[in-house]
Amino acid sequence: MAELTIEVTQGVDNAVRIAVVPFDWRGRNALPENVDQITSADLTMSGRFETLPVKQMLSLPNESDEILFRDWRLLDVSYVVIGYMEPLDYGIRLHFELHDVFKQSMILSQTIEGGPNDLRDMAHYVSDVVFEELTGIEGAFSTRIMYVTSTGGVENPRSQLNIADADGHRVDTILRSSEPILSAAWGPKGDRIAYVSFEKDRRPAIYLRNLKDGTQQQLTNYKGLNGAPSFSPDGDRLAMVLSKDGNPDIYVLDLQTRRLRRITRHYAIDTEPSWTPDGESIIFTSDRGGQPQIYKIRLEDFQIERLTFEGDYNAKATVLPDGSGLVMVHRRNGTFHIAFLDLRRGRTTILTETSLDESPSIAPNGSMLIYATQVDDQGILAGVSIDGSVKYQLPSTEGDVREPAWSPGKRKNFEPVLR
Amino acid sequence: MGTIKIRGVLAVIFAALMLAGCASTETEEPETEVAPQPEPTQTQTREPPEPEEPKQRVERGKLVIDLPGEDGTEELEGVVYFDFDQAIVKRGFHEELAKHADFLTDNRGQQVRLEGHADERGTREYNLALGERRANAVRAYLVAQGVSGMQIDVISYGEERPAVGGHNEAAWAKNRRVEIEYTR
Repeated sequence: MAELTIEVTQGVDNAVRIAVVPFDWRGRNALPENVDQITSADLTMSGRFETLPVKQMLSLPNESDEILFRDWRLLDVSYVVIGYMEPLDYGIRLHFELHDVFKQSMILSQTIEGGPNDLRDMAHYVSDVVFEELTGIEGAFSTRIMYVTSTGGVENPRSQLNIADADGHRVDTILRSSEPILSAAWGPKGDRIAYVSFEKDRRPAIYLRNLKDGTQQQLTNYKGLNGAPSFSPDGDRLAMVLSKDGNPDIYVLDLQTRRLRRITRHYAIDTEPSWTPDGESIIFTSDRGGQPQIYKIRLEDFQIERLTFEGDYNAKATVLPDGSGLVMVHRRNGTFHIAFLDLRRGRTTILTETSLDESPSIAPNGSMLIYATQVDDQGILAGVSIDGSVKYQLPSTEGDVREPAWSPGKRKNFEPVLR
Repeated sequence: MGTIKIRGVLAVIFAALMLAGCASTETEEPETEVAPQPEPTQTQTREPPEPEEPKQRVERGKLVIDLPGEDGTEELEGVVYFDFDQAIVKRGFHEELAKHADFLTDNRGQQVRLEGHADERGTREYNLALGERRANAVRAYLVAQGVSGMQIDVISYGEERPAVGGHNEAAWAKNRRVEIEYTR
């Protein structure tokens, strides 16, 4: 299975030094996953932390009273995460604590319980809690990424739709085809997806798939384009592009009543619909002005507003969860980058230095985005924080990877238990 | 027979001028053996001397034309190339498209699939729309030449199926295309 690995290419200047001490396992058989190392890797990958290698640690405390703060001050470490795990009848209990080295005090302590296959989820949970406590930003380590992998080159192209953890592990292949698969989108609860596939009669159609039971249904079968599905924030409707009436326009399908409503009506290309967080408008790409630019249409009265004016190619925009701005594909000096448009100030900032950048997808916490790019002749995924300070790449061991879609929620959540 | 391709119409008008006085209308049988054309389309001739070998045929989805004399055959490439972000059928492709139009107007049962493609630059869904726009431009050209819209199937692959790999102008130029595929 082609796994992705994370390589941080740029972290923040003043990364916080933290140590995740190996968690003591008080059970008999060795555990299949190394929880503390997964947490440590998560924090490193965020670009906001510098994690101390275990080899450099002077002591390995597991409980509060074992911490010698002097040791950690000597190593210039600001925070220490400690913990231990105990076997349950069916599963594992994890207790972890976060300590402030300079204040010599405990910041938080929690205990969670999980099943025997939940170790990675438990590690990501620890990462999320620590990250949010120290940065004020909700962690995204428990989320997932959906993406398309293509192999076989021009001669024998094969496509796969995959879902992996945000750190690239636990790849699950949803679909394989010799025909294109593209534009996969998450439902707001993360339990279903919509995607476009040419698998039937070499024609594009939009499919809806339930991830829990693997059932799927074909939603559209119109002449021409059937593309760019996007779930409304409430999950009841699906925006899409159809060209059945002569040229590509935006439509909204009510997933309950199956009623189809035409939203745009223009002889130009209208495509790549994406909902505003309030569900009242749709932003889309249109070349009605001669070149692709971003527009917004209000569903109540179909009032259209152009949002982008800088540059001659702006496409595939997504609004941030707080509505303050949008990310999009932006061409400058002939090169395609991912850019952030601050809707309040009207300013466009380029976030990426790579080229042929496309398909930006925002993390549910609104602070990171993942996109597809081309590095050394290979299509790979890369991440960048919305403020541009953190950058990472996810090279794949196999094939070209593209069209990432960040899941809306966590793969698994844990309720801290009281002890 | 309401559909007559433009070239046919011109030929008939030309013939009518040559044979001034001969009152023929455009909807009648074309007058045989008048005004020789570079691509003779004599399938409607009433009394062919003997069943001729078809001069044009479909092989592996491509249109193949017998050349005059013993010069063998010409397999049409069946690909129209486009400029970046453009869907204008360039003049250089008019001659080949006219040959396709001739064949399709002579063979009304023949179906053709026009596959529009884009190069990898820009977004995937926009490129799907662009590929469709290109295929529709070729479709419009063929229809203007008398081909029935019912014979044409338009599909777009956007940037999903490049003809050649590579991330440079040479590769991109080959990938911005419409492929003409004869289906049945």
